[in-house]
Amino acid sequence: MKNVKHPMDFYLRMDRMPHIWCTGCGIGLTATAFVAAMEKAKLDTNKVCVVSGIGCTGRFAGYIKLDSFHTTHGRAIPFATGLKLANPELKVVVVSGDGDLISIGGNHFIHAARRNIDMVVICVNNFIYAMTGGQVAPTTPLTAYTTTSPYGNFEPPSNIPQIAESSGAVYVARWTALHIRRLTNSIFEALNKPGFTVVEVISPCAQYYSRINRLGDGLDMMKFYHENSQIKHWEPTDNLYIDYQKEIIVGKFVDRERPTYSESYKKWLAE
Amino acid sequence: MKTNDKGVLTGTHNLSGNQACAEGALAAGCRFLSAYPIPPSIEVIERFTQRAKEVDAIFIQMEDEISVLAAVLGASWAGKKAMTVTSGPGLSLMMEHIGLGVMLETPCVIVNVQRCGPSEGIPNSPSQGDVMQARWGSHGDYEIIVIYPNSPQEMFTQTIEAFNLSEKYRTPVVILSDESLARMVEKVVIPPANKIILEPRKHYKGPKNKYLPFKYDKDLVPPMVNAGEGYKFHITGLTHDEKGYPVMNEECQELNVHRLVRKIRNYVDNITNIEEKNLSDAEIVVVSYGITSRTVDKALKQARKDGINVGSIRLITVWPFPDKEIMKLSKKVKAFIVPELNFGQILLEVQRCNYGNAKIRFVEYGHEEIQNSDPILNAIRSLTK
Repeated sequence: MKNVKHPMDFYLRMDRMPHIWCTGCGIGLTATAFVAAMEKAKLDTNKVCVVSGIGCTGRFAGYIKLDSFHTTHGRAIPFATGLKLANPELKVVVVSGDGDLISIGGNHFIHAARRNIDMVVICVNNFIYAMTGGQVAPTTPLTAYTTTSPYGNFEPPSNIPQIAESSGAVYVARWTALHIRRLTNSIFEALNKPGFTVVEVISPCAQYYSRINRLGDGLDMMKFYHENSQIKHWEPTDNLYIDYQKEIIVGKFVDRERPTYSESYKKWLAE
Repeated sequence: MKTNDKGVLTGTHNLSGNQACAEGALAAGCRFLSAYPIPPSIEVIERFTQRAKEVDAIFIQMEDEISVLAAVLGASWAGKKAMTVTSGPGLSLMMEHIGLGVMLETPCVIVNVQRCGPSEGIPNSPSQGDVMQARWGSHGDYEIIVIYPNSPQEMFTQTIEAFNLSEKYRTPVVILSDESLARMVEKVVIPPANKIILEPRKHYKGPKNKYLPFKYDKDLVPPMVNAGEGYKFHITGLTHDEKGYPVMNEECQELNVHRLVRKIRNYVDNITNIEEKNLSDAEIVVVSYGITSRTVDKALKQARKDGINVGSIRLITVWPFPDKEIMKLSKKVKAFIVPELNFGQILLEVQRCNYGNAKIRFVEYGHEEIQNSDPILNAIRSLTK
């Protein structure tokens, strides 16, 4: 067979394949959507940086052929803040998981949104700490089993779009990993929008979350999320809590204008 | 304030240690400061932000000291000389990214204006309690350079030196100060910009597609590139290969992590900066650093007047520790005196390098203020009996 290049190869570190993600995981689909959005946005790839934290999604930066940074657990956003402020020409994208961005990095998420720092945050939410073997996360739905909630989770989960909106994000969307075209479009819109933009991706964890809760394989879960999702654009974000194996509301919830940190800083310098 | 386009405030000024530190940073070309307010370090931030507009510098007050150092590392990779300033409780939070800074070989400067600890301690009182933390605080094996000036003038020059060392060895460099040095006001002479020697970033010069982020030169330091220059590089805090890809095996640990230690240890002689006084005939040597050395000077003068053969060593670079110099001296002299504003930290290092040769007397200043020179003088006198 001829050595034919896949059109996505340009954006991927093919010398690192095969990747570490499990069969049926949604992170690979998120990567596909990201690359497709990059193609569509026609950005100068020399000027786009990807920053990730730690975890399954934390490995995202390692497979994307852009200036890419695999940093510390929860700190992708402040690292990206430094990159962006020091070189405003850069387009900075943070891709990380729910545990990384919302638990250990929650404070950074809130404050970067408040400052409206120019960055795209793609948060892959698989409801669990997967890389460490399936522990309860701040996003684990009530009653779901994990290795550290063996009698079912009793902590109410975080509602990521609501945190994003109330903290000041200018663009907030949520899709499941199977909503490839819509997800791509949201990432494309986020890439083109100045300010702090958030795209949440509901992704199956086919190894831990699925196994301990007996939800079938990755594809079953992916289909389940897709089929049980309801598109409700502009839904108030306080309605976006996710209950265990129930309907998931997806769509674009926030798209608004606020002065970005860089704009305000420039103004201050000029005064 | 009038400065030239390089941000150098040439002239003679009365500055506090903290202000001098900010001026040193600006003169070194630092254009990114990220910090979280904490006494007694705030005057550095205030001075820097006042001057930020003139020199087109960036300041951001982050949400905590964890994010502060993360932002500094990000800014450094975007090509800016970057720094932060904090005090003990903040330094504790920064340990995570001192580790990442070491692992990613990221030039940056961390100024720690020490206060009494542990925990919140006494926010506005001097201490030298973080000397060991500055060296060992982050997990895992690593080497780091730590500088401890003893005057506002030296705060200025050594802040520049800190940036130079951090660029040369591609490592975070810590500057230790303390509450009294921070707020002490003295004459500071700032030379013209063309008299200030700056170490440029060791930038990669080869073809773009051949760049490997961790392929190092003979000096064990790999050349660096900045984000946005089209190299499309990857770096990770995991053990990595030359490409910067995570590869967690013995070979990569050896190649890339052991090297982080050797790139400093092999150059200890070049890095070490100590000030020696009256060592030729000294039978007693006082080993001190930072603010304590100012008290030592007074005791030394008096002891010499009394006819005691006493000399001193002042550590300007505290880490890497000058093992060789102390070891050599230990065979020659009768005793070492180590005064510290703590309960014995550099004392342990002197003991280690002494190999039981000379007597060692510790002068404990574990209090919330700088003491007069009497305890040191008493120690010197007691050793002559």
